[in-house]
Amino acid sequence: MTISVKFFAGLRETLDLSNTHLDADGIRNAHDVWVQATDNAPVPENTLCAINLDHIEWDHPVTDGDEVAFFPPVTGG
Amino acid sequence: MTVELFDTPFEPYTLLQQHQSSRLKSGSYGACASFVGSMRDFNEGDRVRSMELEHYPGMTEKQLAEIVEDAKQQWPLDDALVAHRVGLIQPGEPIVLTVCWSTHRAAAFEACRFLMEALKSRAPFWKKETLGDDDIKGEKSRWVANNTAGYSEK
Repeated sequence: MTISVKFFAGLRETLDLSNTHLDADGIRNAHDVWVQATDNAPVPENTLCAINLDHIEWDHPVTDGDEVAFFPPVTGG
Repeated sequence: MTVELFDTPFEPYTLLQQHQSSRLKSGSYGACASFVGSMRDFNEGDRVRSMELEHYPGMTEKQLAEIVEDAKQQWPLDDALVAHRVGLIQPGEPIVLTVCWSTHRAAAFEACRFLMEALKSRAPFWKKETLGDDDIKGEKSRWVANNTAGYSEK
């Protein structure tokens, strides 16, 4: 299973991570993606998640080819 | 229904006027409500010199289009326009424009408000401020932690 993973804003800076690809089996949901992509880093409070450009909960299943993004609360407008 | 992102300064009232004259038929609507948000040179007691507005290309456009669609489902709109800046922004520059056209004022006002509030909670933008006065050497920057206190109905 190949997953594209993105991090944005303060979260990207804190983790010192940006875009990456995971090529691993046993990934069921967004939380598993986080664990694999960050080497099980603690999740900062209020971190949000999206799959394929839609907001989702962390237990949302992922499938091969998905784009998963993690980011802080949004502050536009 | 139009959503636009700008990586350089935009003129909201020109945009509104151009959209209105090219996309709406004169006499076909009775109300136009608009909101313009612009960058302050202060925040939380500090001077703010500039601001970097990061976003998630692709998701931003998708979320904004869905927000406009949600508004269309809730109110009888003739048209709507959303414009938002990204990139490096200077104090005084417009950040966001929301406009709604409708037959009557209630739908236009309420939908315009809805667009702004929904945008602030759903569209993937993040503000990073650079603080200090021009004569201060070195830069101090911070991510804006959350939105303003928000809107209460009363």
